[in-house]
Amino acid sequence: MLSLERVTKVYRLGAFGLQKLIAIRDVSFEIGEREIVSLIGESGSGKSTIGKLILRLTPITSGTIRFEGTDVSTLNGLSLKEYYRRVQGVFQDPFASFNPIFKADRVFRMVRDEFYPQVGMREWNEKVEGALRAVGLNPPDVLNKFPHQLSGGQLQRFLVARALLLDIRLLIADEIISMLDASTRVDVLNLLADLKARGLSILFITHDLSLGYYISERAIILYRGRIAEMGPTDKIYNRPLHPYTEMLMESVPRLDRKWEEEVRIERKAALTGSVPGGCVYADRCPKAMDICTREEPELKEAETGHFVACWAR
Amino acid sequence: MLQVENLTVYYKTIRGYVQALEKATFTIADGEIMGLAGESGCGKTTLGHSLIYLRPPMNYIGGRVVLDGRELPIWDMEKMQEFRYRHISLIPQYAMNALNPTRKIGKMVAELLESRGVSYSEILPELKRRLDLVQLTQDVLKMYPIELSGGMKQRMVMVISTLLNPSLLIADEITSALDVSTQKAVCEMLVEFRDRGFVKSTIIITHDISILYQIADSIMVMYAGQLSEKAPTEVVFQDPRHPYTRMLIGSLPKVGVRYQEERLRGIPGSPPQLLNPPPGCRFRDRCPVAFGRCTEVPPFLEISPGHSVACWRAF
Repeated sequence: MLSLERVTKVYRLGAFGLQKLIAIRDVSFEIGEREIVSLIGESGSGKSTIGKLILRLTPITSGTIRFEGTDVSTLNGLSLKEYYRRVQGVFQDPFASFNPIFKADRVFRMVRDEFYPQVGMREWNEKVEGALRAVGLNPPDVLNKFPHQLSGGQLQRFLVARALLLDIRLLIADEIISMLDASTRVDVLNLLADLKARGLSILFITHDLSLGYYISERAIILYRGRIAEMGPTDKIYNRPLHPYTEMLMESVPRLDRKWEEEVRIERKAALTGSVPGGCVYADRCPKAMDICTREEPELKEAETGHFVACWAR
Repeated sequence: MLQVENLTVYYKTIRGYVQALEKATFTIADGEIMGLAGESGCGKTTLGHSLIYLRPPMNYIGGRVVLDGRELPIWDMEKMQEFRYRHISLIPQYAMNALNPTRKIGKMVAELLESRGVSYSEILPELKRRLDLVQLTQDVLKMYPIELSGGMKQRMVMVISTLLNPSLLIADEITSALDVSTQKAVCEMLVEFRDRGFVKSTIIITHDISILYQIADSIMVMYAGQLSEKAPTEVVFQDPRHPYTRMLIGSLPKVGVRYQEERLRGIPGSPPQLLNPPPGCRFRDRCPVAFGRCTEVPPFLEISPGHSVACWRAF
């Protein structure tokens, strides 16, 4: 449904944009029909950049993103509007997504004004109520309220309901539950699972590994703008192949297993951005060999559907 | 050893008092790392801060705090000065971003120690030993905070705040802004500092319960300003007695659990307003086993050694 082919994004920084930051480099992956894919990475890995590129919030530097066969970067005017009917995003901070001086349900009215001006008010209100129920909200409780009168979980579900009003096929969910409390977090996660059952595909961007496991069939591990490993979630979690993924799986605080005694303090900070030449993880990798600093490993299929970019494999 | 009895702290607002912390009674033993968990707005940060820096709009309403046998004058900002940093140390949330950007780290530490009447040159050898211990080079003292990564800054903050071997360290969300690999290193430092006797008791305030499972000796759960349960970590996970604790733990995604096989459930509803909270147990409205008695506030009672709970159903 959606495919990325060797997508690269370079940000220009500093005075006159003289410095370059390669946020992601040569990233290729696909999202199929009715599939939830987790995009997992630490801060600065470029995971949000990928979401923004798919949503066309920032221009692509090179490579192509195709949605149902069409190159997304060629869209404009009406065809772009049509694209947004099918692809929508929800972001991390629900409070920042709403204008605090307007009532929260204004977002629904804006969708109507923009996309469905021909739909009658009564019919529209029914549609809104239907969407709110679909995300597990009781319409009378949440309509006609200001954002500060609603909880973070409710606002986040509001935004998903807004996306549902459009005829969407793909939802980009960028850290949508990291600001929610544990008790409401799982409700939003379950909601994503329900949406999938209704035929949606979801790109679930997160830094929290346990959430990725709960919700997704496939996971992509990103490190400094490169895909380190990609494959079925249970394989990635139970038998990681890339040393970086191994380190992540060891350090993630789990509820079923205590940390090993061995302390591995990272001597070097993970740098932001990617540089060509050698493996991006080589400077922190315990298994680094000569070749790792000279040549960059390509993403290779190690077993069916499980890809890894590492010379040691 | 920290003993807290009936500590009550309200926030004063123009509409009245927000009852953020209601009659908290608990103890922390020497060498104990206690995790303080709960949802946003449950009063966990209020509790942590009131032990060291109780300033308006926080209002001291009542209760006693005893540290190593001495009562702390927590209601008196001036008198508490004697205890701050020497006996109780606080790492507030985002502390690592609050390092003065215009000062080299060594200079900043020197200024801090001077303000407490401690000589920097006398303590320098110990400071260097501790930097080695947390695998920071001694050169960091000559660097500006901007030259350090998030994990390094957080380790530096921890070294600074425990330099005078306080009896109690309160660490507020110190891992939440870090990547998983640095998170683990910072957590292990907390344990090591305890093992080496740099701090006696530690309170870790966090919303991330899986971190507490890894390093805390005991966990105290709060809900809407009231203590719900305190027990050794294993007991909290194996045999939680408060319905809120049980539901909270049940809602956590674990590696190995997927929605197709085991659908986790959240807790329906939301916490009550603390401005004029309903009488009785504040979890009542969301509680599946609530009954008539719950309109009375349940006492926080010890039901087995080290395991206290505030629920009528548990007694």
